[in-house]
Amino acid sequence: MDIIAVLIKFILAAVTIVVVFSIAGLLTWVERKQSAVMQDRIGANRAAIFGITAFGLFHAIADVLKMLSKEEFIPAGANKFLFNLAPYLSVTFALVGFAAIPFGNQLIWGDRVIELQAANINVALIFVFAMMSMGVYGVVLAGFSSNNNYAFLGGMRGAAQMIAYEVTMGAAIMGIIMVFNTLDLQQIVRAQGAYLFGGWLPKWGVFCQPLAFILFLTAATAETKRTPFDLPEGESEIIGYFVEYSGMKFGMFFLADLIETVLVAALMTTLFLGGWQVLYLFPDGFHFPWGSFIALPNIAVAILGMVAFIIKLSFFIWLLMTVRWTLPRFRYDQLMRLGWKILLPASLVNIAVTAIILTLLR
Amino acid sequence: MENPQQKRQELEKYFDAQSPFALFRVAQMKRSWQKPNRRELSWWENTYIPSVASGLWLTSKHFFYNFFFHILHLFGLFKNVKAAVTFEYPEKPRPLAARARTRHRLTKREDGSPRCVACMMCETVCPARCIEITAAEHPDPNIEKYPAEFILDLGKCVYCGFCVEVCPEDAIRMDTQRLDIAEYTRESMIYNKERLLNG
Repeated sequence: MDIIAVLIKFILAAVTIVVVFSIAGLLTWVERKQSAVMQDRIGANRAAIFGITAFGLFHAIADVLKMLSKEEFIPAGANKFLFNLAPYLSVTFALVGFAAIPFGNQLIWGDRVIELQAANINVALIFVFAMMSMGVYGVVLAGFSSNNNYAFLGGMRGAAQMIAYEVTMGAAIMGIIMVFNTLDLQQIVRAQGAYLFGGWLPKWGVFCQPLAFILFLTAATAETKRTPFDLPEGESEIIGYFVEYSGMKFGMFFLADLIETVLVAALMTTLFLGGWQVLYLFPDGFHFPWGSFIALPNIAVAILGMVAFIIKLSFFIWLLMTVRWTLPRFRYDQLMRLGWKILLPASLVNIAVTAIILTLLR
Repeated sequence: MENPQQKRQELEKYFDAQSPFALFRVAQMKRSWQKPNRRELSWWENTYIPSVASGLWLTSKHFFYNFFFHILHLFGLFKNVKAAVTFEYPEKPRPLAARARTRHRLTKREDGSPRCVACMMCETVCPARCIEITAAEHPDPNIEKYPAEFILDLGKCVYCGFCVEVCPEDAIRMDTQRLDIAEYTRESMIYNKERLLNG
Protein backbone atom coordinates (compact mmCIF):
# COMPACT_ATOMS: atom_id res chain seq x y z
CA MET A 1 0.00 0.00 0.00
CA ASP A 2 2.23 2.79 -1.19
CA ILE A 3 1.42 6.47 -1.31
CA ILE A 4 1.36 6.67 -5.12
CA ALA A 5 -1.30 3.98 -5.38
CA VAL A 6 -3.41 5.91 -2.90
CA LEU A 7 -2.85 9.11 -4.87
CA ILE A 8 -3.87 7.40 -8.11
CA LYS A 9 -7.06 6.14 -6.51
CA PHE A 10 -7.72 9.61 -5.16
CA ILE A 11 -7.29 11.15 -8.62
CA LEU A 12 -9.54 8.54 -10.20
CA ALA A 13 -12.26 9.20 -7.60
CA ALA A 14 -11.94 12.97 -8.07
CA VAL A 15 -12.14 12.64 -11.85
CA THR A 16 -15.22 10.43 -11.57
CA ILE A 17 -17.02 12.85 -9.24
CA VAL A 18 -16.12 15.94 -11.28
CA VAL A 19 -17.15 14.33 -14.55
CA VAL A 20 -20.44 13.05 -13.10
CA PHE A 21 -21.28 16.44 -11.60
CA SER A 22 -20.46 18.17 -14.87
CA ILE A 23 -22.62 15.76 -16.86
CA ALA A 24 -25.49 16.11 -14.38
CA GLY A 25 -25.21 19.90 -14.50
CA LEU A 26 -25.12 19.79 -18.26
CA LEU A 27 -28.19 17.55 -18.30
CA THR A 28 -30.38 20.38 -16.98
CA TRP A 29 -29.52 22.15 -20.22
CA VAL A 30 -29.66 19.00 -22.35
CA GLU A 31 -33.11 18.22 -21.02
CA ARG A 32 -34.52 21.63 -21.90
CA LYS A 33 -32.80 21.77 -25.25
CA GLN A 34 -33.58 18.20 -26.34
CA SER A 35 -37.23 18.49 -25.41
CA ALA A 36 -37.36 21.75 -27.37
CA VAL A 37 -35.80 20.22 -30.48
CA MET A 38 -38.14 17.23 -30.23
CA GLN A 39 -41.17 19.49 -30.00
CA ASP A 40 -40.12 21.83 -32.86
CA ARG A 41 -39.18 24.59 -30.44
CA ILE A 42 -35.89 26.41 -29.88
CA GLY A 43 -35.51 26.07 -26.13
CA ALA A 44 -33.47 27.93 -23.58
CA ASN A 45 -31.40 30.59 -25.37
CA ARG A 46 -31.74 33.82 -23.39
CA ALA A 47 -29.20 33.67 -20.57
CA ALA A 48 -26.17 35.61 -21.76
CA ILE A 49 -22.83 36.71 -20.38
CA PHE A 50 -21.60 39.85 -22.20
CA GLY A 51 -23.97 39.12 -25.06
CA ILE A 52 -22.72 35.55 -25.57
CA THR A 53 -25.49 33.00 -25.20
CA ALA A 54 -23.59 29.81 -26.17
CA PHE A 55 -26.82 28.01 -27.15
CA GLY A 56 -28.30 28.72 -23.72
CA LEU A 57 -25.58 26.85 -21.84
CA PHE A 58 -25.52 29.58 -19.18
CA HIS A 59 -29.04 28.63 -18.14
CA ALA A 60 -27.53 25.80 -16.08
CA ILE A 61 -25.47 28.36 -14.13
CA ALA A 62 -28.42 30.74 -13.87
CA ASP A 63 -30.60 27.95 -12.45
CA VAL A 64 -28.04 27.09 -9.78
CA LEU A 65 -27.58 30.77 -8.85
CA LYS A 66 -31.32 31.18 -8.54
CA MET A 67 -31.64 28.13 -6.31
CA LEU A 68 -28.72 29.13 -4.10
CA SER A 69 -30.17 32.59 -3.53
CA LYS A 70 -33.67 31.41 -2.69
CA GLU A 71 -35.03 31.19 0.83
CA GLU A 72 -34.62 27.80 2.51
CA PHE A 73 -38.00 27.16 4.04
CA ILE A 74 -38.62 24.49 6.68
CA PRO A 75 -42.31 23.98 7.44
CA ALA A 76 -43.50 24.18 11.04
CA GLY A 77 -43.95 20.71 12.51
CA ALA A 78 -41.42 19.14 10.17
CA ASN A 79 -38.71 16.97 11.67
CA LYS A 80 -35.83 19.36 11.04
CA PHE A 81 -33.02 16.81 11.19
CA LEU A 82 -34.61 14.31 8.82
CA PHE A 83 -35.93 17.10 6.62
CA ASN A 84 -32.42 18.43 6.12
CA LEU A 85 -30.90 14.97 5.83
CA ALA A 86 -33.14 13.67 3.03
CA PRO A 87 -31.72 15.60 0.03
CA TYR A 88 -28.15 14.79 1.08
CA LEU A 89 -29.01 11.08 1.25
CA SER A 90 -30.50 11.23 -2.24
CA VAL A 91 -27.47 12.89 -3.80
CA THR A 92 -24.83 10.97 -1.86
CA PHE A 93 -26.10 7.50 -2.62
CA ALA A 94 -26.63 8.38 -6.27
CA LEU A 95 -23.01 9.56 -6.46
CA VAL A 96 -21.43 6.70 -4.51
CA GLY A 97 -22.75 4.21 -7.06
CA PHE A 98 -20.33 5.60 -9.66
CA ALA A 99 -17.33 4.35 -7.68
CA ALA A 100 -17.78 0.86 -9.10
CA ILE A 101 -18.41 1.81 -12.72
CA PRO A 102 -15.37 1.04 -14.92
CA PHE A 103 -14.87 3.78 -17.49
CA GLY A 104 -11.80 2.42 -19.22
CA ASN A 105 -9.44 -0.51 -19.58
CA GLN A 106 -6.05 -0.78 -17.88
CA LEU A 107 -3.60 2.06 -18.26
CA ILE A 108 0.01 0.86 -18.05
CA TRP A 109 2.33 3.45 -16.51
CA GLY A 110 5.85 2.21 -15.96
CA ASP A 111 5.44 -1.04 -14.02
CA ARG A 112 2.06 0.03 -12.68
CA VAL A 113 -1.25 -1.26 -14.04
CA ILE A 114 -3.99 1.27 -13.35
CA GLU A 115 -7.55 0.02 -13.61
CA LEU A 116 -9.66 2.93 -14.85
CA GLN A 117 -12.28 2.54 -12.15
CA ALA A 118 -12.59 4.45 -8.87
CA ALA A 119 -12.90 1.27 -6.80
CA ASN A 120 -12.49 -2.26 -8.11
CA ILE A 121 -14.86 -4.15 -5.88
CA ASN A 122 -15.36 -7.81 -6.69
CA VAL A 123 -19.11 -7.54 -5.94
CA ALA A 124 -19.44 -4.20 -7.75
CA LEU A 125 -22.84 -5.04 -9.21
CA ILE A 126 -24.33 -5.72 -5.79
CA PHE A 127 -22.66 -2.58 -4.46
CA VAL A 128 -24.25 -0.41 -7.18
CA PHE A 129 -27.65 -1.98 -6.57
CA ALA A 130 -27.33 -1.44 -2.83
CA MET A 131 -26.52 2.23 -3.36
CA MET A 132 -29.40 2.68 -5.79
CA SER A 133 -31.79 1.12 -3.27
CA MET A 134 -30.46 3.39 -0.52
CA GLY A 135 -31.52 6.33 -2.68
CA VAL A 136 -35.12 5.44 -1.82
CA TYR A 137 -34.46 6.53 1.76
CA GLY A 138 -34.05 10.09 0.55
CA VAL A 139 -37.48 9.94 -1.08
CA VAL A 140 -39.18 8.30 1.87
CA LEU A 141 -37.56 10.53 4.49
CA ALA A 142 -38.40 13.67 2.51
CA GLY A 143 -42.02 12.57 2.28
CA PHE A 144 -42.33 11.51 5.90
CA SER A 145 -40.50 14.40 7.55
CA SER A 146 -42.23 17.25 5.70
CA ASN A 147 -45.40 17.16 7.84
CA ASN A 148 -47.44 17.47 4.67
CA ASN A 149 -50.00 14.92 3.56
CA TYR A 150 -49.25 15.34 -0.12
CA ALA A 151 -45.54 14.85 0.49
CA PHE A 152 -46.34 11.84 2.66
CA LEU A 153 -48.42 10.26 -0.10
CA GLY A 154 -45.67 11.03 -2.60
CA GLY A 155 -43.15 9.28 -0.37
CA MET A 156 -45.46 6.27 -0.05
CA ARG A 157 -45.87 6.06 -3.81
CA GLY A 158 -42.12 6.37 -4.18
CA ALA A 159 -41.44 3.53 -1.73
CA ALA A 160 -44.00 1.23 -3.37
CA GLN A 161 -42.69 1.96 -6.84
CA MET A 162 -39.05 1.49 -5.93
CA ILE A 163 -39.73 -1.87 -4.28
CA ALA A 164 -41.79 -3.08 -7.24
CA TYR A 165 -39.19 -2.13 -9.82
CA GLU A 166 -36.04 -3.03 -7.91
CA VAL A 167 -37.22 -6.65 -7.77
CA THR A 168 -37.48 -6.69 -11.55
CA MET A 169 -34.17 -4.92 -11.94
CA GLY A 170 -32.40 -7.50 -9.80
CA ALA A 171 -34.09 -10.39 -11.57
CA ALA A 172 -33.31 -8.97 -15.02
CA ILE A 173 -29.64 -8.68 -14.12
CA MET A 174 -29.48 -12.36 -13.12
CA GLY A 175 -29.32 -13.34 -16.79
CA ILE A 176 -26.25 -11.16 -17.30
CA ILE A 177 -24.57 -12.61 -14.20
CA MET A 178 -25.26 -16.12 -15.47
CA VAL A 179 -23.85 -15.40 -18.91
CA PHE A 180 -20.67 -13.69 -17.72
CA ASN A 181 -20.25 -15.66 -14.49
CA THR A 182 -19.08 -12.74 -12.36
CA LEU A 183 -20.32 -9.83 -10.23
CA ASP A 184 -17.27 -7.65 -10.93
CA LEU A 185 -18.25 -4.94 -13.40
CA GLN A 186 -14.72 -4.69 -14.82
CA GLN A 187 -14.73 -8.46 -15.42
CA ILE A 188 -18.18 -8.23 -17.03
CA VAL A 189 -16.91 -5.60 -19.43
CA ARG A 190 -13.78 -7.68 -20.18
CA ALA A 191 -15.97 -10.70 -20.91
CA GLN A 192 -17.95 -8.60 -23.39
CA GLY A 193 -14.78 -8.23 -25.48
CA ALA A 194 -15.30 -11.76 -26.82
CA TYR A 195 -16.95 -12.29 -30.21
CA LEU A 196 -19.65 -14.60 -31.48
CA PHE A 197 -20.30 -15.98 -34.96
CA GLY A 198 -16.70 -16.18 -36.15
CA GLY A 199 -15.62 -12.86 -34.67
CA TRP A 200 -18.26 -10.63 -36.26
CA LEU A 201 -20.82 -10.05 -33.50
CA PRO A 202 -19.47 -8.74 -30.18
CA LYS A 203 -20.60 -10.68 -27.12
CA TRP A 204 -22.35 -7.63 -25.69
CA GLY A 205 -25.09 -8.01 -23.12
CA VAL A 206 -27.71 -6.62 -25.45
CA PHE A 207 -27.08 -9.48 -27.91
CA CYS A 208 -26.84 -12.20 -25.23
CA GLN A 209 -29.81 -10.94 -23.19
CA PRO A 210 -32.18 -8.89 -25.38
CA LEU A 211 -35.19 -9.43 -23.12
CA ALA A 212 -33.21 -8.54 -20.00
CA PHE A 213 -32.14 -5.37 -21.81
CA ILE A 214 -35.73 -4.20 -22.29
CA LEU A 215 -36.73 -5.24 -18.77
CA PHE A 216 -33.75 -3.50 -17.22
CA LEU A 217 -34.31 -0.37 -19.31
CA THR A 218 -37.92 -0.16 -18.11
CA ALA A 219 -37.12 -0.88 -14.47
CA ALA A 220 -34.18 1.50 -14.49
CA THR A 221 -36.32 4.27 -15.97
CA ALA A 222 -38.72 3.69 -13.09
CA GLU A 223 -35.76 3.82 -10.71
CA THR A 224 -34.83 7.33 -11.88
CA LYS A 225 -38.32 8.55 -10.92
CA ARG A 226 -38.83 10.41 -14.18
CA THR A 227 -41.80 10.43 -16.53
CA PRO A 228 -43.42 7.90 -17.46
CA PHE A 229 -42.76 6.66 -13.90
CA ASP A 230 -42.73 9.99 -12.07
CA LEU A 231 -45.52 9.15 -9.62
CA PRO A 232 -43.36 9.97 -6.58
CA GLU A 233 -42.72 13.45 -8.00
CA GLY A 234 -45.69 14.26 -10.20
CA GLU A 235 -44.32 17.74 -10.68
CA SER A 236 -47.28 19.04 -12.64
CA GLU A 237 -50.32 17.98 -10.64
CA ILE A 238 -50.29 15.08 -8.18
CA ILE A 239 -47.53 16.69 -6.06
CA GLY A 240 -44.64 14.63 -4.82
CA TYR A 241 -42.41 14.08 -1.86
CA PHE A 242 -40.40 17.30 -2.27
CA VAL A 243 -43.34 19.70 -2.29
CA GLU A 244 -42.10 21.43 0.88
CA TYR A 245 -38.51 21.83 -0.29
CA SER A 246 -37.22 25.08 -1.69
CA GLY A 247 -33.92 26.54 -2.75
CA MET A 248 -30.89 24.32 -3.13
CA LYS A 249 -32.49 21.45 -1.18
CA PHE A 250 -35.01 21.12 -3.96
CA GLY A 251 -32.11 21.60 -6.34
CA MET A 252 -30.38 18.61 -4.76
CA PHE A 253 -33.40 16.37 -5.36
CA PHE A 254 -33.44 17.63 -8.92
CA LEU A 255 -29.72 16.94 -9.24
CA ALA A 256 -30.12 13.50 -7.65
CA ASP A 257 -32.63 12.62 -10.38
CA LEU A 258 -30.21 13.64 -13.09
CA ILE A 259 -27.28 11.87 -11.40
CA GLU A 260 -29.43 8.75 -11.21
CA THR A 261 -30.16 9.12 -14.91
CA VAL A 262 -26.43 9.19 -15.59
CA LEU A 263 -25.88 6.25 -13.22
CA VAL A 264 -28.55 4.18 -14.94
CA ALA A 265 -27.13 5.08 -18.34
CA ALA A 266 -23.63 4.10 -17.14
CA LEU A 267 -24.95 0.83 -15.74
CA MET A 268 -26.80 0.07 -18.99
CA THR A 269 -23.63 0.81 -20.94
CA THR A 270 -21.53 -1.40 -18.69
CA LEU A 271 -23.90 -4.33 -18.60
CA PHE A 272 -25.45 -4.33 -22.06
CA LEU A 273 -23.34 -2.31 -24.48
CA GLY A 274 -19.86 -3.50 -23.62
CA GLY A 275 -18.79 -0.61 -21.40
CA TRP A 276 -15.52 0.78 -22.72
CA GLN A 277 -15.20 -1.92 -25.41
CA VAL A 278 -14.64 -0.59 -28.91
CA LEU A 279 -15.64 -2.89 -31.76
CA TYR A 280 -12.71 -5.16 -32.76
CA LEU A 281 -10.29 -3.30 -30.44
CA PHE A 282 -8.05 -5.54 -28.36
CA PRO A 283 -5.37 -4.46 -25.83
CA ASP A 284 -2.71 -4.41 -28.58
CA GLY A 285 -4.76 -2.82 -31.37
CA PHE A 286 -7.53 -3.47 -33.86
CA HIS A 287 -8.03 -7.09 -34.99
CA PHE A 288 -10.65 -6.98 -37.71
CA PRO A 289 -12.58 -10.16 -38.49
CA TRP A 290 -11.44 -9.98 -42.12
CA GLY A 291 -7.87 -10.46 -40.94
CA SER A 292 -6.26 -7.01 -40.98
CA PHE A 293 -4.52 -5.66 -37.89
CA ILE A 294 -3.67 -2.13 -36.74
CA ALA A 295 -1.26 -1.91 -33.80
CA LEU A 296 -1.95 0.82 -31.23
CA PRO A 297 -0.03 1.90 -28.10
CA ASN A 298 -1.61 1.25 -24.71
CA ILE A 299 -2.43 4.91 -24.06
CA ALA A 300 -4.34 5.20 -27.37
CA VAL A 301 -6.34 2.07 -26.54
CA ALA A 302 -7.18 3.45 -23.09
CA ILE A 303 -8.31 6.81 -24.52
CA LEU A 304 -10.35 5.12 -27.27
CA GLY A 305 -12.02 3.03 -24.58
CA MET A 306 -12.92 6.07 -22.49
CA VAL A 307 -14.26 7.89 -25.56
CA ALA A 308 -16.33 4.83 -26.45
CA PHE A 309 -17.70 4.75 -22.90
CA ILE A 310 -18.71 8.42 -23.07
CA ILE A 311 -20.35 7.93 -26.49
CA LYS A 312 -22.36 4.93 -25.30
CA LEU A 313 -23.26 6.81 -22.12
CA SER A 314 -24.50 9.74 -24.19
CA PHE A 315 -26.59 7.40 -26.30
CA PHE A 316 -28.35 5.99 -23.25
CA ILE A 317 -28.84 9.45 -21.74
CA TRP A 318 -30.37 10.52 -25.03
CA LEU A 319 -32.62 7.46 -24.99
CA LEU A 320 -33.75 8.08 -21.39
CA MET A 321 -34.43 11.75 -22.20
CA THR A 322 -36.40 10.80 -25.31
CA VAL A 323 -38.48 8.37 -23.26
CA ARG A 324 -39.03 11.03 -20.62
CA TRP A 325 -40.30 13.56 -23.18
CA THR A 326 -42.35 11.09 -25.23
CA LEU A 327 -44.45 8.97 -22.91
CA PRO A 328 -47.23 10.15 -20.60
CA ARG A 329 -47.28 9.13 -16.96
CA PHE A 330 -48.63 5.72 -15.99
CA ARG A 331 -51.66 5.54 -13.75
CA TYR A 332 -50.85 4.02 -10.35
CA ASP A 333 -52.67 0.74 -11.03
CA GLN A 334 -51.05 0.47 -14.47
CA LEU A 335 -47.68 1.04 -12.86
CA MET A 336 -48.19 -1.74 -10.32
CA ARG A 337 -49.66 -4.08 -12.93
CA LEU A 338 -46.70 -3.47 -15.24
CA GLY A 339 -44.21 -3.98 -12.42
CA TRP A 340 -45.60 -7.07 -10.73
CA LYS A 341 -47.60 -8.78 -13.46
CA ILE A 342 -45.60 -8.17 -16.62
CA LEU A 343 -41.99 -7.28 -15.84
CA LEU A 344 -41.41 -9.63 -12.90
CA PRO A 345 -42.77 -12.80 -14.59
CA ALA A 346 -40.94 -11.87 -17.79
CA SER A 347 -37.66 -11.51 -15.91
CA LEU A 348 -38.21 -14.87 -14.17
CA VAL A 349 -38.90 -16.50 -17.54
CA ASN A 350 -35.73 -14.87 -18.82
CA ILE A 351 -33.73 -16.45 -15.98
CA ALA A 352 -35.20 -19.90 -16.68
CA VAL A 353 -34.62 -19.70 -20.44
CA THR A 354 -31.06 -18.44 -19.94
CA ALA A 355 -30.34 -21.28 -17.51
CA ILE A 356 -31.67 -23.88 -19.96
CA ILE A 357 -29.71 -22.48 -22.90
CA LEU A 358 -26.51 -22.22 -20.87
CA THR A 359 -26.89 -25.82 -19.67
CA LEU A 360 -27.43 -27.03 -23.23
CA LEU A 361 -24.42 -25.08 -24.52
CA ARG A 362 -22.12 -26.45 -21.84
CA MET B 1 -77.58 -5.16 -34.11
CA GLU B 2 -76.13 -2.18 -35.97
CA ASN B 3 -79.47 -0.50 -36.61
CA PRO B 4 -80.65 1.62 -33.64
CA GLN B 5 -84.28 0.80 -34.47
CA GLN B 6 -83.48 -2.88 -34.31
CA LYS B 7 -81.67 -2.35 -31.05
CA ARG B 8 -84.69 -0.70 -29.47
CA GLN B 9 -86.97 -3.48 -30.62
CA GLU B 10 -84.64 -6.04 -29.18
CA LEU B 11 -84.48 -4.14 -25.91
CA GLU B 12 -88.29 -3.99 -25.71
CA LYS B 13 -88.52 -7.68 -26.39
CA TYR B 14 -86.25 -8.43 -23.44
CA PHE B 15 -87.43 -5.68 -21.18
CA ASP B 16 -90.34 -7.17 -19.31
CA ALA B 17 -90.78 -5.16 -16.13
CA GLN B 18 -92.39 -8.13 -14.41
CA SER B 19 -89.45 -10.41 -15.06
CA PRO B 20 -87.06 -10.82 -12.14
CA PHE B 21 -84.11 -10.68 -14.55
CA ALA B 22 -85.27 -7.60 -16.45
CA LEU B 23 -82.65 -5.21 -15.19
CA PHE B 24 -79.91 -7.76 -15.58
CA ARG B 25 -80.94 -8.41 -19.17
CA VAL B 26 -80.99 -4.70 -20.03
CA ALA B 27 -77.52 -4.32 -18.62
CA GLN B 28 -76.37 -7.34 -20.62
CA MET B 29 -77.84 -5.94 -23.82
CA LYS B 30 -76.19 -2.58 -23.28
CA ARG B 31 -72.86 -4.23 -22.70
CA SER B 32 -73.17 -6.26 -25.87
CA TRP B 33 -73.84 -3.10 -27.88
CA GLN B 34 -70.86 -1.33 -26.48
CA LYS B 35 -68.57 -4.13 -27.49
CA PRO B 36 -67.86 -3.14 -31.09
CA ASN B 37 -66.78 0.34 -29.95
CA ARG B 38 -64.46 -0.86 -27.22
CA ARG B 39 -61.85 -3.10 -28.76
CA GLU B 40 -60.06 -5.46 -26.44
CA LEU B 41 -56.29 -4.92 -26.55
CA SER B 42 -54.33 -7.86 -27.78
CA TRP B 43 -51.60 -9.50 -25.77
CA TRP B 44 -48.91 -7.78 -27.79
CA GLU B 45 -50.52 -4.36 -27.32
CA ASN B 46 -50.81 -4.95 -23.59
CA THR B 47 -47.03 -5.16 -23.28
CA TYR B 48 -46.93 -1.43 -24.23
CA ILE B 49 -44.06 -2.19 -26.61
CA PRO B 50 -45.75 -1.24 -29.94
CA SER B 51 -47.15 2.05 -28.67
CA VAL B 52 -43.94 2.98 -26.87
CA ALA B 53 -41.92 2.16 -29.97
CA SER B 54 -44.16 4.16 -32.30
CA GLY B 55 -44.09 7.13 -29.91
CA LEU B 56 -40.31 7.04 -29.65
CA TRP B 57 -40.07 6.72 -33.42
CA LEU B 58 -42.20 9.84 -33.94
CA THR B 59 -40.34 12.01 -31.44
CA SER B 60 -36.90 10.85 -32.57
CA LYS B 61 -37.85 11.61 -36.17
CA HIS B 62 -38.66 15.17 -35.13
CA PHE B 63 -35.53 15.33 -33.00
CA PHE B 64 -33.10 14.23 -35.69
CA TYR B 65 -34.74 16.26 -38.46
CA ASN B 66 -34.68 19.46 -36.37
CA PHE B 67 -31.23 18.72 -34.94
CA PHE B 68 -29.80 18.23 -38.44
CA PHE B 69 -31.19 21.51 -39.71
CA HIS B 70 -30.23 23.41 -36.53
CA ILE B 71 -26.64 22.29 -37.16
CA LEU B 72 -26.82 23.29 -40.82
CA HIS B 73 -28.24 26.70 -39.83
CA LEU B 74 -25.18 27.25 -37.64
CA PHE B 75 -23.10 27.08 -40.83
CA GLY B 76 -25.53 29.31 -42.67
CA LEU B 77 -26.92 26.53 -44.85
CA PHE B 78 -30.56 25.74 -45.73
CA LYS B 79 -31.85 28.81 -43.90
CA ASN B 80 -35.16 28.45 -45.78
CA VAL B 81 -35.92 25.08 -44.10
CA LYS B 82 -37.40 25.72 -40.66
CA ALA B 83 -36.15 23.61 -37.77
CA ALA B 84 -38.54 25.15 -35.24
CA VAL B 85 -41.96 26.74 -35.39
CA THR B 86 -40.93 29.41 -32.89
CA PHE B 87 -41.23 33.12 -33.65
CA GLU B 88 -38.62 34.90 -31.54
CA TYR B 89 -41.13 37.63 -30.99
CA PRO B 90 -39.64 40.79 -29.53
CA GLU B 91 -36.55 40.58 -31.74
CA LYS B 92 -38.16 39.21 -34.89
CA PRO B 93 -41.83 40.17 -35.09
CA ARG B 94 -44.26 37.64 -36.40
CA PRO B 95 -45.12 38.28 -40.07
CA LEU B 96 -48.60 39.78 -40.45
CA ALA B 97 -50.94 39.79 -43.41
CA ALA B 98 -50.31 42.80 -45.65
CA ARG B 99 -53.87 44.03 -45.09
CA ALA B 100 -53.79 43.71 -41.30
CA ARG B 101 -54.92 46.94 -39.66
CA THR B 102 -51.99 48.01 -37.51
CA ARG B 103 -50.78 51.31 -36.07
CA HIS B 104 -51.52 54.40 -38.18
CA ARG B 105 -49.09 56.57 -40.02
CA LEU B 106 -49.47 59.79 -42.01
CA THR B 107 -48.17 59.64 -45.55
CA LYS B 108 -45.98 62.40 -46.94
CA ARG B 109 -45.76 64.44 -50.09
CA GLU B 110 -42.51 64.41 -52.09
CA ASP B 111 -41.27 67.45 -50.16
CA GLY B 112 -41.88 65.70 -46.83
CA SER B 113 -44.97 67.62 -45.72
CA PRO B 114 -48.09 65.62 -44.83
CA ARG B 115 -50.50 64.72 -47.64
CA CYS B 116 -53.35 65.47 -45.27
CA VAL B 117 -55.51 68.45 -46.32
CA ALA B 118 -57.33 68.69 -42.99
CA CYS B 119 -60.71 67.86 -44.53
CA MET B 120 -61.87 66.45 -41.16
CA MET B 121 -63.40 63.35 -42.83
CA CYS B 122 -61.54 60.95 -40.57
CA GLU B 123 -62.27 62.96 -37.48
CA THR B 124 -65.96 62.91 -38.42
CA VAL B 125 -66.17 59.21 -39.26
CA CYS B 126 -64.15 57.98 -36.28
CA PRO B 127 -66.51 56.02 -34.02
CA ALA B 128 -64.14 56.29 -31.08
CA ARG B 129 -63.52 60.02 -31.62
CA CYS B 130 -59.82 59.54 -31.17
CA ILE B 131 -58.65 61.91 -33.96
CA GLU B 132 -58.35 65.62 -33.37
CA ILE B 133 -57.17 67.84 -36.24
CA THR B 134 -56.29 71.51 -35.98
CA ALA B 135 -56.49 72.96 -39.51
CA ALA B 136 -54.44 75.88 -40.81
CA GLU B 137 -54.19 77.71 -44.12
CA HIS B 138 -51.62 76.29 -46.49
CA PRO B 139 -49.11 78.76 -47.99
CA ASP B 140 -49.45 77.06 -51.43
CA PRO B 141 -52.59 78.54 -53.11
CA ASN B 142 -53.25 75.16 -54.86
CA ILE B 143 -53.74 73.47 -51.51
CA GLU B 144 -56.43 74.85 -49.30
CA LYS B 145 -55.53 73.62 -45.80
CA TYR B 146 -52.98 71.56 -43.91
CA PRO B 147 -53.07 70.05 -40.40
CA ALA B 148 -51.26 72.32 -37.96
CA GLU B 149 -51.66 69.49 -35.48
CA PHE B 150 -52.92 65.94 -35.96
CA ILE B 151 -53.56 64.16 -32.68
CA LEU B 152 -54.51 60.48 -32.59
CA ASP B 153 -55.20 58.86 -29.21
CA LEU B 154 -54.30 55.18 -29.57
CA GLY B 155 -55.76 54.57 -26.13
CA LYS B 156 -59.18 55.26 -27.61
CA CYS B 157 -58.70 53.92 -31.14
CA VAL B 158 -60.65 50.75 -31.96
CA TYR B 159 -58.65 49.93 -35.13
CA CYS B 160 -61.81 49.91 -37.29
CA GLY B 161 -59.94 51.39 -40.25
CA PHE B 162 -62.75 53.83 -41.20
CA CYS B 163 -60.30 56.76 -41.22
CA VAL B 164 -58.21 55.00 -43.86
CA GLU B 165 -61.20 54.13 -46.02
CA VAL B 166 -62.72 57.58 -45.85
CA CYS B 167 -59.54 59.57 -46.58
CA PRO B 168 -59.77 61.19 -50.06
CA GLU B 169 -56.03 61.94 -50.20
CA ASP B 170 -54.59 58.56 -49.08
CA ALA B 171 -53.02 60.58 -46.27
CA ILE B 172 -53.54 58.12 -43.42
CA ARG B 173 -52.71 54.44 -43.59
CA MET B 174 -52.67 51.54 -41.14
CA ASP B 175 -49.74 49.59 -42.57
CA THR B 176 -46.86 50.05 -40.12
CA GLN B 177 -47.20 46.35 -39.09
CA ARG B 178 -46.79 47.41 -35.48
CA LEU B 179 -49.21 45.96 -32.94
CA ASP B 180 -47.10 46.02 -29.80
CA ILE B 181 -48.16 49.47 -28.60
CA ALA B 182 -47.53 49.53 -24.88
CA GLU B 183 -46.78 52.61 -22.80
CA TYR B 184 -46.47 53.44 -19.15
CA THR B 185 -48.89 56.41 -19.21
CA ARG B 186 -52.08 57.28 -21.01
CA GLU B 187 -50.47 60.50 -22.24
CA SER B 188 -47.80 58.67 -24.18
CA MET B 189 -50.51 56.75 -26.05
CA ILE B 190 -51.49 60.06 -27.66
CA TYR B 191 -49.60 60.41 -30.94
CA ASN B 192 -48.98 63.84 -32.44
CA LYS B 193 -48.28 64.76 -36.05
CA GLU B 194 -44.52 64.21 -35.83
CA ARG B 195 -44.83 60.71 -34.39
CA LEU B 196 -47.41 59.75 -36.96
CA LEU B 197 -45.35 61.10 -39.84
CA ASN B 198 -42.09 59.48 -38.83
CA GLY B 199 -42.65 55.76 -38.33
